Amino acid sequence: MKNLMLGNKALARGLFEAGCSVASSYPGTPSTEITEEIAKFDEVYAEWAPNEKVAMEVAFGASLAGKRSFCGMKHVGMNVAADPLFTASYTGVNGGMVICVADDPGMHSSQNEQDSRHYAIAAKVPMLEPADSAEAYEFAKKAYELSEEYDTPVIIKMCTRVAHSQSVVEPGERVMPEPNPYEKNIAKYVMMPGNAIRRHPFVEERTRRLIALAEDCEFNRVEMGDTAIGIITSSTSYQYAKEVFGDKASILKLGMVNPLPEKLIKDFAAKVDKVYVIEELDPVIENHCRVLGVEVIGKELLPIEGEFCQNLLAEKLGLDVPSCRKLDEVLPGRPPVMCAGCPHRGLFFTLSRNKCTVLGDIGCYTLGAVAPLSAMDMTLCMGASISSSHGFNKALGEASEGKTVAVIGDSTFMHSGMTSLANIAYNQSNSTVIILDNSITGMTGHQQNPTTGYNIKGDPAGKINLEALCKAMGFNRVRVVDPYDLEACNQAIKEELAVAEPSVIISRRPCALLKYVKHNKPLKVNKDKCVGCKSCMRLGCPATSMKDGKIQIDTTLCVGCGICKQMCKFDALENQ
Amino acid sequence: MADTKNIMIVGVGGQGSLLASKLLGYLLLTEGYDVKVSEVHGMSQRGGSVVTYVRFGDKVYSPIIDRGQADVIVSFEKLEAARYLEYLKPEGTILTNTQEMDPMPVITGAAKYPERLIERMQEAGAKVDAMDCLALAEEAGSAKAVNIVLMGRLSTYFPEIPEVKWIEAIEACVPPKFLELNKKAFALGRG
Repeated sequence: MKNLMLGNKALARGLFEAGCSVASSYPGTPSTEITEEIAKFDEVYAEWAPNEKVAMEVAFGASLAGKRSFCGMKHVGMNVAADPLFTASYTGVNGGMVICVADDPGMHSSQNEQDSRHYAIAAKVPMLEPADSAEAYEFAKKAYELSEEYDTPVIIKMCTRVAHSQSVVEPGERVMPEPNPYEKNIAKYVMMPGNAIRRHPFVEERTRRLIALAEDCEFNRVEMGDTAIGIITSSTSYQYAKEVFGDKASILKLGMVNPLPEKLIKDFAAKVDKVYVIEELDPVIENHCRVLGVEVIGKELLPIEGEFCQNLLAEKLGLDVPSCRKLDEVLPGRPPVMCAGCPHRGLFFTLSRNKCTVLGDIGCYTLGAVAPLSAMDMTLCMGASISSSHGFNKALGEASEGKTVAVIGDSTFMHSGMTSLANIAYNQSNSTVIILDNSITGMTGHQQNPTTGYNIKGDPAGKINLEALCKAMGFNRVRVVDPYDLEACNQAIKEELAVAEPSVIISRRPCALLKYVKHNKPLKVNKDKCVGCKSCMRLGCPATSMKDGKIQIDTTLCVGCGICKQMCKFDALENQ
Repeated sequence: MADTKNIMIVGVGGQGSLLASKLLGYLLLTEGYDVKVSEVHGMSQRGGSVVTYVRFGDKVYSPIIDRGQADVIVSFEKLEAARYLEYLKPEGTILTNTQEMDPMPVITGAAKYPERLIERMQEAGAKVDAMDCLALAEEAGSAKAVNIVLMGRLSTYFPEIPEVKWIEAIEACVPPKFLELNKKAFALGRG
């Protein structure tokens, strides 16, 4: 039966039907739903790992044991998982191993715009790139066959527009593959120099065999139309090209983007007058064509930065673009904001009030950088808050120690913060680390993590005690504050910055959007007492606004957290 | 593709556009169309401006709707309707809730909520169908039913799809305990 399926769900369905037995991932937009969806099948063991490196090693272990395995991540997650990837390319697999990496051109929800195809090239593993949900489903199934036949991990590359678009899929039944029993094989799986030296030629030979496959395989296809224009493309760019040109151009659609074919490209180019390469981000296919001596038009015409869309292609390739109208005024933007009742707000207000230098991290709390709080100086990558604050303090000493903090969420701390904290404990900088423990992985849409006490299915699981962990590392000063209590936050931050030793503050309160969190009634405004001083507005809560010189509260948003009440010197905000 | 119809759903993160696009996707698929529904998850959900693209026809390629292509823009909030005006086809229609929600730059005082937005969209040549969906949703029993009120109104734009098909789609997409509420909201929106 035909279903409308999110690309990520379709990919999960394909993995399931192909007999995937073990899936381990760390959440990251736009990849998260793949693992959430596969966790719904009881036949598959699925988990959230603390980070992508762990997840990939879990998937590798399952493959080694002979089962078909999976791990998924966003593009920057691949940076974390690169270590096992590069050597798993040498060992190859036992059961099929499929890795999904989801790029985010346009940076809808990411800190950079890196192009994951470079990883497939550098690690010398095949990469498939579906262009819609039906292909995500098909390619997932084929990826396992490819993995086992060519003895290699296989990467499936998604992008936001494929991962988060729903299109039509006709799912089938789960078919379990023949089992691959585990056999000890030191020469293949123990990658010490003497063995790895022998595996490298295997990798090169495998690439030659994969190039031969790329010349004639179901992943790459030619759609001949008018021969004045030839287009080489892949992924969502194919959809834009078809939308704009229909059959008024010939198209070579590449579904396997590493390794790339040679003869197929040359033959295609010979049949058309002019070749455009239409690919988002870096000129990977384009450069390959140039190395082959095929003359193409690519990044001199189309941008490296950002996403493509149909009008962009039409405009750049000299076709008509639909006319449109707009208001002759710059409208106020509507950036994402911390939710009403967000436990991070009180903590970031306190940091802002104390004029702290705040080295931040990756999560909802990166929104602490947005006005009016503007309480963040740096965000780089997972875990960097803690390590960078150590470096910052080592560089500046007393000039920064008394006012610099690292802020990191519970999930991000588990992902990459622990090793950074170990560095502070070991090399002893006078740093203050704030763990924002909202008891969930928030930004990616509420995934469990090792500190929450629940697993991916919501069943009880191991729970790491943050206080005990920090103390075990040697921190003498570990304290917990409630971020809804502004005075307690202020006192904790002032005291821990003042002491001459490293310390950890755990700002603990569950995310206000969690279903089990009970909300208070919305606050109400005593209009007689409100003088319109806007003191409460300094918190930047979306439930507050000014009307006729007085504060007003949006009762559909307010969860009664009461921090605005603590700001008011005139007792104008009251509990109901 | 010329025969592809484009519906954009715009609003503020958390307003319930997901149910609206789910309903449309289900309805259009059962009507036999090729359908693509595209949305962005993640950071933009946090009270930011959100947009969903629904495209249907014999064969849909691009998952997104570009400037000048939308047949209908369904807006949950007035300022968001104005923000996406340039996506409207010259002959397209803006269907908007008249509700105003202050974005952060307005809350902090860095900007003012623009005035006369509906009139100005009309002056720019757009066909605007504005209604107080919040009032109708509350009449149906919940402020959260704004999305289905809008779907009720949208259903009148597609006379080729019988009302019963819309009701079936609501039954398929809404949990049983909210069914009566949503059917009422749909009827109020449809008028």
